[in-house]
Amino acid sequence: MSDTFFFAMEVALNGLMAGVMYSLVALGFVLIFKASGVFNYAQGVMALFAALTLVGIQNGQIPFAHVINATFGTHLSTFGWNVPSFLAILLTLGVMILFAILVERLVLKHLVNQEPIILFMATIGLAFFLEGLGDLMWGSEIKKLDVGLPQGVSDTIERVTYEWFGYGFFIDKLDIVAALVATVLVIVLTLFSRYTKHGRALRAVADDHQAALSVGISLRFIWVLVWSIAGFVALVAGIMWGTKSGVQFSLSLIALKALPVLMLGGFTSIPGAIVGGLIIGVGEKLFEFFIGPLVGGATENWFAYVLALIFLVFRPQGLFGEKIIERV
Amino acid sequence: MSSLTHKAEIPEGGYRTPDGRIIGGVLMDIRNVTLRFGGVVAIKDISFDIREGEIRAIIGPNGAGKSSMLNVISGFYVPQEGEIWFRGEKRPPLKPYQVARQGVARTFQNIALFKGMTTLDNIMTGRVTKMKSNMLDQAIWWGKAEREESEHREKVEEIIDFLEIQAIRKTPVGRLPYGLQKRVELGRALAAEPDLLLLDEPMAGMNVEEKEDMSRFILDVNDEYGTTIALIEHDMGVVMDLSDRVVVMDYGKKIGDGTPDEVRNNQAVIDAYLGVVHE
Repeated sequence: MSDTFFFAMEVALNGLMAGVMYSLVALGFVLIFKASGVFNYAQGVMALFAALTLVGIQNGQIPFAHVINATFGTHLSTFGWNVPSFLAILLTLGVMILFAILVERLVLKHLVNQEPIILFMATIGLAFFLEGLGDLMWGSEIKKLDVGLPQGVSDTIERVTYEWFGYGFFIDKLDIVAALVATVLVIVLTLFSRYTKHGRALRAVADDHQAALSVGISLRFIWVLVWSIAGFVALVAGIMWGTKSGVQFSLSLIALKALPVLMLGGFTSIPGAIVGGLIIGVGEKLFEFFIGPLVGGATENWFAYVLALIFLVFRPQGLFGEKIIERV
Repeated sequence: MSSLTHKAEIPEGGYRTPDGRIIGGVLMDIRNVTLRFGGVVAIKDISFDIREGEIRAIIGPNGAGKSSMLNVISGFYVPQEGEIWFRGEKRPPLKPYQVARQGVARTFQNIALFKGMTTLDNIMTGRVTKMKSNMLDQAIWWGKAEREESEHREKVEEIIDFLEIQAIRKTPVGRLPYGLQKRVELGRALAAEPDLLLLDEPMAGMNVEEKEDMSRFILDVNDEYGTTIALIEHDMGVVMDLSDRVVVMDYGKKIGDGTPDEVRNNQAVIDAYLGVVHE
């Protein structure tokens, strides 16, 4: 078989892996949207903030060092210790849970029964706030994140595929890890929401607030729970993206890539977020490969959005979303 | 049967119904409750009690404040004045979910089910307050949480049998016809094994046959589980047949309280329903 075919295959595979990364971000959106009908604009920034915090804790950085230095004329920067990756991840998770509690206390609690658009605006505010907070706490320079995940092209895969097809596939080890992590995450989340008391409570709240209250479910607890889970997913996405391309501000922009993923998969479906991400990932890579050269390249910038638009016209609820039925 | 109704002696404050059931002492006592929305007085200085094992109805013309009363009892509204005593203790202002955890379950006038979930899941959700396992147990899943899940499942299946909705166990409730949805909602309330069951117009919008079914279920719940029931209903015929005692409200005030017969012959009630010439 021709090399072009294999090259296309390789492109598709890499697209699949990139898609997994999109899915990870989209997943965070879906979780909060499902449970509270709120589109959480801050999800991308949460991933950035989680990654920043993780690096900061790992390197023993002193939070707000810049502010302290500027105010008191000191020259603080680090505590001078390094925290092991595993512990740092746990601590970061703690920070994200704390963040969830604060969001509930300071924002959501006061916006009960408001229109979704109000809540949406609130999350935009939250995004800017968190972005600034991340800067203040940990500084704005680009940071390297290494939690010990394997990186670089997998030699084994290259060798094995070369023996089989006479063509060595270039696949990044990190992408494979990301795919595995995403799979486990989705399985765990699905099991949780389907078969546990809190999972059921979560779906109940998503469906009808009043009814959920009447059976003894505390809305505030559920919101903290949902935002904590979204924080956890943001942390996972932050680790993956941070390891791949460094922890920097542009990380928060990957959230924009999650939008077409959501339109494809449906805002309310966890499997939808995964499949949507994969389709976008593969689609944009293959499109760039086949059509790109004909139109001058750089199709990856817009392909996802055009695909999403087409979906909006023909299937507005996405592939897996709940059908939108208005009863009159 | 744990029902009080089969004890031979009449407890203090209790009484015997015409059909021979024995009603226990006061379960909930509503004392001088007043509820205002801004300048509008929805409930004005209302007092009545609900006794253990009793079917208590609240009736009145549209806008009389019946639903507001139910919302006060279930914690959705907090009254500005008055006290609510439950099981002999004064109840502090509680959130609806806290009231639910005390053993008060309810249904809604315009069905509030989890439309995307199946009948089974809806009723399972009703058991949230009964489930003890915590996040950690659930995270590790096997063991305690799983055992608990299957125990609750048994109870839920029992309720499904009781309400004769086996055929729709796995159907998402959004697809069910109105009458069945009402029944599932009753099932979800029953799943909490409440001490006090509040029904907000359980028969609204039903046809005659569905009304008969629902009446039968309400009587059976009361009889078999000994559940105390407070209900709001428009259909006077149904109310008079079902209930042991009736509170009548009009313009937020209590205008009558007593057995169906007493209420039927109360001049104020007749006036409220038939209308009188105001001078």
